[in-house]
Amino acid sequence: MNIFDIVGPIMVGPSSSHTAGAVKIGNACHKLIGERIVKAAIMLHGSFLQTGEGHGTDKALVAGLMGFDVDDMRVPESFSIAKDSGLDFYFGSTDLGDVHPNSVKLQIEGESGRKLEIIASSIGAGRIRICEIDGITVNFSGEHPTLIVHNIDQPGHVAEVTSMLAHKSVNIATMQLYRKSRGGEAVMVLECDQEVPMESIKWLENLEGIIKVTYMSQE
Amino acid sequence: MYESLEEIIKQENVKGIAFWRLIQLDDCKERGVTEEQSFENMKSMYLAMKDSVRDYDPDIRSHSGLIGGEAAKLRKYINEKKLLSGDFIGEVMEKALMVAESNACMKRIVASPTAGSCGVVPAVLLTVQDRFRLSDEKMTEALYVVAGVGGVIAIRASLSGAEGGCQAEIGSASAMAAAGMCYLLGGSGEEIANAAALGLKNFLGLACDPVAGLVEIPCVKRNVCSAVNAVTCAEMTMAGIKSRIPADEVFDAMRSISRNMSDSIKETATGGLAVTPTGRKLTEKLKLSH
Repeated sequence: MNIFDIVGPIMVGPSSSHTAGAVKIGNACHKLIGERIVKAAIMLHGSFLQTGEGHGTDKALVAGLMGFDVDDMRVPESFSIAKDSGLDFYFGSTDLGDVHPNSVKLQIEGESGRKLEIIASSIGAGRIRICEIDGITVNFSGEHPTLIVHNIDQPGHVAEVTSMLAHKSVNIATMQLYRKSRGGEAVMVLECDQEVPMESIKWLENLEGIIKVTYMSQE
Repeated sequence: MYESLEEIIKQENVKGIAFWRLIQLDDCKERGVTEEQSFENMKSMYLAMKDSVRDYDPDIRSHSGLIGGEAAKLRKYINEKKLLSGDFIGEVMEKALMVAESNACMKRIVASPTAGSCGVVPAVLLTVQDRFRLSDEKMTEALYVVAGVGGVIAIRASLSGAEGGCQAEIGSASAMAAAGMCYLLGGSGEEIANAAALGLKNFLGLACDPVAGLVEIPCVKRNVCSAVNAVTCAEMTMAGIKSRIPADEVFDAMRSISRNMSDSIKETATGGLAVTPTGRKLTEKLKLSH
């Protein structure tokens, strides 16, 4: 949190949680997949489902998926813009259980066929939290350059990633480790203070034991 | 960010650095930006607030059709010389309506601290700027004061209606605007804190009970009330009237009240005005129209 979370953001109304937060969630998906999104199934939960339409939550999510920012005056017209630009989307409802009331599950597909499933919450004052990626629990804000590495749960992968970041002078702001089961699939989420170079991400992708690397740039 | 206004005032007195500058320097450290960058960022927030007033359109209506055109009605009343409370308060009220209505109609605003309370700070600051013909730079300084006070409230309590009820949004906005106006009237750090304390005290316990869960009823008109309250608190402060409870303790009181509030009055639209017979009727009507 910084003072521009207090005075700011400049945004299209009416709600920081239901509109600006929703744009940010869509935008986080856009950044995470790293390419133009062509398909999106958007499942609304809780308050997003109940009062979303009146707040433009649906339009805001679609605007974010196209990479619009929270202050983009095109947010209210995002549906027609999406249709013209070849983003095929549909809305449904879901019960995600014990999550924040302003939550949504998105299944998205990029133009290269890359797929991503994300659960995210809008936690108030326009701030968001990514709660799940491809079925694995995570917890990050999307405010920093974020590196998400899916790997096999075995010794050495954390060291590989952190030494690469040290070598590139990238400082780690926060770091979290999760795994589905011992020796199974694991995920590390690193929020960084600097951008991670693309060639380093490519290098990571080719390491043995690394299943998938997702990177959310802020540039 | 600072955890108490007391700490900011202490630093101001010990180091001889102005309240707004302390907030700016803290921002530079926090985000790793230069003083110029930080100032430009804050100035752009102020200019966007001005745009949100300038771009007001009296003819548009919100998603529900229930909000729109109110500021124009007030303007007409002011022009007919009927307003007893005077031109200054009239302009504050008008701008608060303009920005809050624009927000409900999906126009561009500055959340300060939230979208639901976005009319308060611009209504007060812009009207003071007009009155004293202050520069945008001076107004940017005031906006640092506004943000500094809001930051302390965010840390000690909350700025979100879902967490703290309307007191956390409209109450915090009023405290922030009162502090900003107090700075523009020449207030010291102590006086800024005093104005913030008075500003929030008047809204402690306020329920967040929006009809159909929309940022419309009662949110838009509460912006007017919060902005006018901010003016009265800044003026009381400059007249030497003291809040007997210090600002930081008022913020803590809001936090403890938030804990005691039922979820039905925390933005869930299951209590208060939202479930009055008329509130329910409006909600049903909206559901049917979709």
